[in-house]
Amino acid sequence: MGQILEFTPLLIEGTWMTIKLTVVSAVLALVISFVVGLSRLSSSRSVRVLATIYLEFFRGTSALVQMFFMFYVLPLLGLTLSPFTAGVIACGFNLGSYGSEVVRGAVQSVGKGQHEASTALNYTVYQRYRYVLIPQAVPMMIPPFGNLLIELMKLTAVTSLITIADLTFVAQIIRAQTAMTLEPFLLILVIYFLIASVLVGFTDFVARSIARKRHITLAGVRRS
Amino acid sequence: MANIIEFQNVHKSFGELKVLDDLNLHVEPGEKLALIGPSGSGKTTILRILMTLETLSSGRIIVDGDYLWHEEKGGRLIEASDAHLHKMRNGIGMVFQHFNLFPHLTAVQNIEQPQILVRRTPKIEAREKAMELLGLVGLSDKQNHFPHELSGGQQQRVAIARSLAMDPKIMLFDEVTSALDPELVDEVLNVLRRLAADSDTTMLTVTHEMHFARDFADRVLFFDKGKIVEAGKPEEIFTHPKEERTRNFLSKFITVT
Ligand SMILES: Nc1ncnc2c1ncn2[C@@H]1O[C@H](COP(=O)(O)OP(=O)(O)OP(=O)(O)O)[C@@H](O)[C@H]1O
Ligand SMILES: [Mg+2]
Repeated sequence: MGQILEFTPLLIEGTWMTIKLTVVSAVLALVISFVVGLSRLSSSRSVRVLATIYLEFFRGTSALVQMFFMFYVLPLLGLTLSPFTAGVIACGFNLGSYGSEVVRGAVQSVGKGQHEASTALNYTVYQRYRYVLIPQAVPMMIPPFGNLLIELMKLTAVTSLITIADLTFVAQIIRAQTAMTLEPFLLILVIYFLIASVLVGFTDFVARSIARKRHITLAGVRRS
Repeated sequence: MANIIEFQNVHKSFGELKVLDDLNLHVEPGEKLALIGPSGSGKTTILRILMTLETLSSGRIIVDGDYLWHEEKGGRLIEASDAHLHKMRNGIGMVFQHFNLFPHLTAVQNIEQPQILVRRTPKIEAREKAMELLGLVGLSDKQNHFPHELSGGQQQRVAIARSLAMDPKIMLFDEVTSALDPELVDEVLNVLRRLAADSDTTMLTVTHEMHFARDFADRVLFFDKGKIVEAGKPEEIFTHPKEERTRNFLSKFITVT
């Protein structure tokens, strides 16, 4: 076990890489969630169809294969992506497809009365979504987004297969260079779990801030 | 004086169901109208069509000199574009049975946001006006409360203030007290009574409160099956209804004398 301490710098770098992958992919996934989720509610049929194709493609195929495709196949077509970019795109596009359903569902669940009130006040369609429907939908999105964030963090492990030195990759190195198998993998399981705990705490924090600001209690939010 | 609202042979059907049947209606500027009648007679539908929340099946509506649901292009009347509807909605406001306040905004924000977004009123002015209107409806001390922290009657008064803040020429009230507990009805109706007495705004209210209709209205319209059965001054309708159907309907409200 003492031997594993020699790999501390490497482990820290791996942890940092996993965090970076998670954060960057999460930002990408969030943007995609809103763009695709709202496009699915568009009044234009072609926009809706495009968004649905995107959703079904990324939800219906393996993230791992998508990542291999981006990393190994796209260069043959003249588009070379760095491993980090390919990893982030695969993870972000994937979770973005799930997230878009969260956005669509939450926005759709805002009552008809809110549409009618904003029409009666003569809001434009943009203003209705921006100032009435989305702000009411966001608190409903937080718990499912929290779950997706953890899914995303776990998914980043696949990037080790395209040479990204994340936690999983580091564990493989340790296993190859020492005779240890149990220790490195046990250790990274613990680290993954700790990262997940931080993400849960972050989600709760966001939910609580919204709840406090609006004087409401949100379902599933832990009391501070 | 020119009419501010004209319904010309308006029909409205939902599938097979005829809701408005060849309706003709003229409203003068500043007039206060009460629409009464049995459930399903089409009263709400009239307001919703005026608010552009519901289309009409045929006929014409003129609001303040302009077609509401049509516009003229190359000498022909065509269906109104979104831009035309947007322009027409500027002069019309509506208060709903279930208030429909924005739950994520405080009372004062509910009243100021539409002014800022739609009227482009500077924030400070919008806030001033919102506070003034909260005072008018007796809720100055509730400015920072969210809708769920207000009683139904208070929420409805905020909704009235929100609608007033847009300075509509025409205000529509659809059974604004029927979702309220009985003890909260009067606080809302009194606000409307005062408004009706003090303002030049044209107002149409659908109501089942006959006392209120009598105080509020210059003219009462009794609807049945999508038609105006009888119309007249409140004294006439409530004390000497001419039509059998009106008498029958009013006899259910025994307290009206
Ligand atoms: N969107 C809709 N789709 C189908 N039918 C509708 C729709 N809106 C209203 N109706 C029907 O149209 C008829 C008239 O409705 P409306 O709401 O105008 O009646 P009302 O006079 O306001 O009745 P109440 O006093 O009960 O509010 C009713 O039979 C109603 O069921
Ligand atoms: Mg009604």
